[in-house]
Amino acid sequence: MVGDGVVIVGAGHAGGQAAAVLRAKGYGGTIRLLGEEPHAPYERPPLSKALLAGEIEPVRTYLRKSEFYGEKNIDLRIGIRVEAIEREARRVVLAGDEALGYEKLILATGSVNRQLDIPGVELAGVRYLRSLDESLALRSDLEDAGEVVVVGGGYIGLEVAATARKMGAHVTVLEMLDRIMARVVAPEMSDYVAACHRDQGVEIRTGVAVTGFEGDERLSAVRLSDDSTLPADFAVVGVGVVPNDGLAAACGLEVENGIVVDEFTQTSDPDIFAIGDVTNHPNGHYRRRLRLENVQNAMDQAKAAALAICGTPEAYSEVPWFWSDQFDLKIQIAGLTEGADQVVVRQVTDENRFAVAYLKAGVLIALDAINAPKDFMQARKLIPTNAQPDLAKLADPAVALRDTV
Amino acid sequence: MAQITCIDREGKEHRFDGETGLSLMENLKDNDMEIEAVCGGCCACATCHVFVGPTWLERLTAPDEEEVDLVQDAPGYDKKTSRLSCQIEYSDALDGLRVTLAPEE
Repeated sequence: MVGDGVVIVGAGHAGGQAAAVLRAKGYGGTIRLLGEEPHAPYERPPLSKALLAGEIEPVRTYLRKSEFYGEKNIDLRIGIRVEAIEREARRVVLAGDEALGYEKLILATGSVNRQLDIPGVELAGVRYLRSLDESLALRSDLEDAGEVVVVGGGYIGLEVAATARKMGAHVTVLEMLDRIMARVVAPEMSDYVAACHRDQGVEIRTGVAVTGFEGDERLSAVRLSDDSTLPADFAVVGVGVVPNDGLAAACGLEVENGIVVDEFTQTSDPDIFAIGDVTNHPNGHYRRRLRLENVQNAMDQAKAAALAICGTPEAYSEVPWFWSDQFDLKIQIAGLTEGADQVVVRQVTDENRFAVAYLKAGVLIALDAINAPKDFMQARKLIPTNAQPDLAKLADPAVALRDTV
Repeated sequence: MAQITCIDREGKEHRFDGETGLSLMENLKDNDMEIEAVCGGCCACATCHVFVGPTWLERLTAPDEEEVDLVQDAPGYDKKTSRLSCQIEYSDALDGLRVTLAPEE
């Protein structure tokens, strides 16, 4: 057994931030930060945008400069895989049988891409996007790609489509449902974003599934559910993620669509915390359990875990928020749209400003903003107050969102 | 080497060398100032909000409309001194820059 202190499994955004906040809050014990990827903690959002486009290099995606971990006495170990958690012995077992003891354990294992189980998925040229190295590999593919097929019309798929198009590829987005982003936004929002992509030359095909990838060793075409084929030099699959909760489940922690935690990020074992994409956590505002895939949640839960471990717990209960950049669309999302029974559009056509407010029984529960940062910021303030906007004012983009209540 | 002075939320002053070619936000993070910068510098949130000393404000490139729209609704917004630190490109010309961290969200 090697000492005690805190062991953090997963050196992504959540894990890296947890280590930093522990030190910032004065935690004096050992901190071991274990990552599978060969990189110090980095930001994932640029992987489908600025990094993929070649606008920035990997160093600009790192959460902290490389000296930070040494200066803060954080034992960052990358390229390390944790094989098991032994709760009774309070230790994690690494590949190669080394074991590390812990007093408190933080699981920040994130999510993994949902895999397609169709013929040809193993062909060269079929790619997923999750890691920095995958982004760099895709970047080099896109430099001279002719035909790119994006499977999945969600945020990641659309960001990749926009980037690939800007890099000169001919891009087709395939979405199984009848409109893009169907699970999370109103039809008005889907239509607006789809129109922008089409204006930029991206083809969007909805209501169509991919049934196979074809080619001799390398991809040459994508077969669709209507039995037609599309020529493809590369395909990028973005069909959602699943929580990477296998380690937690194997050691008997409560797991159900992610690791079940409380508002302090504590799991069913009081010495084990879990943070970020992998958690199924309660949200005080929406009064239901959530599993989120976003930076804000990763950072806020990292802080909650660090505070709990430092003995000054603060409950985490944020209205979640998100962002996405596609072509000239700066998309910012406050809150969750699930359960909305009414939507109100706020649009200023000549400024390309567009927002959709989501209401449930008259209460503002979420807002999608496109090139409308004021609406986004003000929605983040209004949603937690259960504001009930005046509908006529809400529909008038000349009225500031805050003045609609 | 150009220096940055940052006053934290407890009023404590920190002085460190600034690195040209990075944003002010990146410089603050690299020097362990408690700034969230959730969106990583793409001007999508307002969690890198700082107050810039008035004599400095006029020496910085003016904020664009997007930054102004975001920072206006950030906690503690001050019309005269509020900026988003991710939108300030740091260079040696800013030697001596003084900023104060805005309240956390």
